[in-house]
Amino acid sequence: MTRSPEQIAADCESIYYDLEFKPARDWKAAEPGRKVVGFVPVFCPREVISAAGALAMSIVGAGDWLEVIRGDAYYQSYLCHIPRSIVELAVSNRLDFVDGMLFPSTCDVIRNLSGMWQMLKPGSFVRYVDVPQNYEPEIGGRFWEGELRILAAEIGKLTGVAVTDDSLRESIRIWNENRAAVDEMYLLRRDRPDLAPTSEVYVVLRAGNVMDPASHTKLIREYIATARTSKRAAVDSSRVVIVGAFCEQPPLALIKTIERSGCFIVDDDFLLVSRWYTAPVAETGDPFKALANAFVKHTIPTAVMYSPKTGRGGALIERVKTARAEGVIFAAPSFCTPALLDQPMLVDGLEKAGIPYTAFKYAENTGQFQPIREQTGTFADTMKLWSAV
Amino acid sequence: MTRTDVLKDDSQQRQKDLIGGYFTRLANAPKTGHKTVATFVPGNLTELISCFDAIPILPEINALQSGMRKLSGNYITEAERQGHSEDVCTYVKCDIGMFEGGNIGPTGEALPKPDLLLLSYTGCFTFMKWFELLREKYGTPSVMLHVPYQGQGEVTPEMRKYVVEQLERVVIPALEHTTGRKFDIDLLREKLAWSSKAEDDLVKVWESAKHRPSPIDGYFGGVYYIGPIFTAFRGTQEGAEYYALLRSEIEQRIREGRGPVTPEGEMKEEKFRLVVEGPPNWTHFRDFWKMFTDEGAVVVASTYTKVGGLYDRGFRHDPKDPLGTLADYCMGCYTNHSLPNRVDLISKYIEEYSADGFLINSVKSCASFSAGQLMILREVEKRTGRTGAFIESDLVDPRYFSAANIKNRIESYLQMLEQKRSSVAGAAR
Repeated sequence: MTRSPEQIAADCESIYYDLEFKPARDWKAAEPGRKVVGFVPVFCPREVISAAGALAMSIVGAGDWLEVIRGDAYYQSYLCHIPRSIVELAVSNRLDFVDGMLFPSTCDVIRNLSGMWQMLKPGSFVRYVDVPQNYEPEIGGRFWEGELRILAAEIGKLTGVAVTDDSLRESIRIWNENRAAVDEMYLLRRDRPDLAPTSEVYVVLRAGNVMDPASHTKLIREYIATARTSKRAAVDSSRVVIVGAFCEQPPLALIKTIERSGCFIVDDDFLLVSRWYTAPVAETGDPFKALANAFVKHTIPTAVMYSPKTGRGGALIERVKTARAEGVIFAAPSFCTPALLDQPMLVDGLEKAGIPYTAFKYAENTGQFQPIREQTGTFADTMKLWSAV
Repeated sequence: MTRTDVLKDDSQQRQKDLIGGYFTRLANAPKTGHKTVATFVPGNLTELISCFDAIPILPEINALQSGMRKLSGNYITEAERQGHSEDVCTYVKCDIGMFEGGNIGPTGEALPKPDLLLLSYTGCFTFMKWFELLREKYGTPSVMLHVPYQGQGEVTPEMRKYVVEQLERVVIPALEHTTGRKFDIDLLREKLAWSSKAEDDLVKVWESAKHRPSPIDGYFGGVYYIGPIFTAFRGTQEGAEYYALLRSEIEQRIREGRGPVTPEGEMKEEKFRLVVEGPPNWTHFRDFWKMFTDEGAVVVASTYTKVGGLYDRGFRHDPKDPLGTLADYCMGCYTNHSLPNRVDLISKYIEEYSADGFLINSVKSCASFSAGQLMILREVEKRTGRTGAFIESDLVDPRYFSAANIKNRIESYLQMLEQKRSSVAGAAR
């Protein structure tokens, strides 16, 4: 039976709210010996995990529907919320089915969480993933290639499935397909945000956190096909890009609030790992070299990666133009160092380019949306009513 | 004794002269033609920079100097007025506010804009954004030295090779380009030999705190001791001479059974021996220190004084392997260590220095230090059997120093230590 886009989104929303991570548990239970390797934002070489036969499970916190009690005991009030809820998930045994954890070099909080995990779960597979901030193929690329080979060997040991060049190439192909599907869904939303609103696109994207990539690709394709032909009432909203929400995720209700206030979100940096490369990873030749090259040459511009040149706002201005957006909403998690330190540079670029923007902060468990609705609604009205265009 | 009438050893005067001279030299760089290279304290490449006759600029040092001179509050407000979030590192905002206010250094002279931003990306994510921000302000080129974190608790050969390759192929060419000088590896070896000598003496100073009474305060006094070696004087003869002088003074204090020199005078009675984790607050530095000295508490070891190098765990700059040793140095700084390593180090300090307890000063600005400190507290307590204390403040934001709360906590903590000591003594009788 064909599902409507609303039905697909509703099914994905139930995955979104499921803090027992049933799809991932089911995947693991489907065959004896299967392993799940979790990772936290922003980036993870998912291809390597899949090539070792494991499920790469993205863990992005617990949103606004888990009361964080013990997690708060691990963090001072002036640190962001996502590590609290991840710790809460761990100490409440919701992640007990996860066989290993990867912590990327997103920021100092995520970095230190890797050490906390080593102490919280002694003896378990925990690895810090230090991605290169040098983008020379012969320096940073070679370092990253070496790190990937070490990681592949370690995860292979964990799963009992050695990563071979062939298995990694096949994994790259599967993840390329997934990224292509994600890109296509984002293109549909950019061109027809009335047919593919972000509140749906987001949950479809997010369902991939706990699914194997091939199944997720199929889900996205199903959504695209049905959303593209759906009949929905035309809405005249302002087109905006959301910036800063790449790690701790905004609650779904916040995304809906922004849309209901009169905004089409036509680009964003949610769940950035799903769109990390700006070009497909090479599917031939040495697969470790291919992944390393993709990283140093085709990583999407983001606050967590070093920018070697001035004009930090340039890439954002390009995104605004490509998305035919009218303005930018800076939505950064409270105490998010990468996003908040990046913001003044981006603002500077937007001001020089005459692109309107507004800014607010949130936490994954933000529960009050009316002030944000008023702010983004006013912003949308301002662009519609008083824009020079 | 008045607040301004403080005791000073010869080495303290020498330290003050060195740092003052450094800032004057820096301020005069545009006149003397010296190039300036901004970099960070953890993982700083002072010897390498000075091989090119360039002068380092340390933005953290500028910020803490501004904090101690009560200027940081206005600088931070200025940066926030310009759109910098109240949630981010106040060192960064202080530095940006200082730039907007004419970049006046501690000697009252304007500091030059850097000719190169050498981003020694060691142990702190904020460093990366900080120099991106400065690059936008100054229009100065930046060069990245990515120093991998010891996430698994060790330095691997691959990590070392990566850092050395960056030094050879990225950092040194950038310094050559900026200064117009060729790299001289023998000159670097010479400087590294001076570093190693100074490090030997500094370690003896740290280890002096194992004596009772401790002749030093390894945190509040310690930040003065690290001044030269963390700034422009590692790899110099004058730096090495300073540490030799300091060591001889400390050894004399041991022979005489004297306690540490504090701004309030020499500490007469050592009642409590503490280990401290985390940076100090700079805006109320002297008040903060006094809260300890008033109670007879001396800090026998601290982690903050190791952000520029863990020399007391054996590391020395090695002239025989100039670039490899710089790589090891960068990767070995305290904040580049995993949390389990940090727990291990604090626990060892408590044992080795016979500490009664430990205190964590958790600063709002610094997630690199602060994220995970509550777990460090529990783990160290579990491992050592000593109870820890936890206080919160900030580096240079005066709004986040609540004197009454902090004093209250410190006093309560020390009273608890005293009670525990009395109960143990009572049980033994």
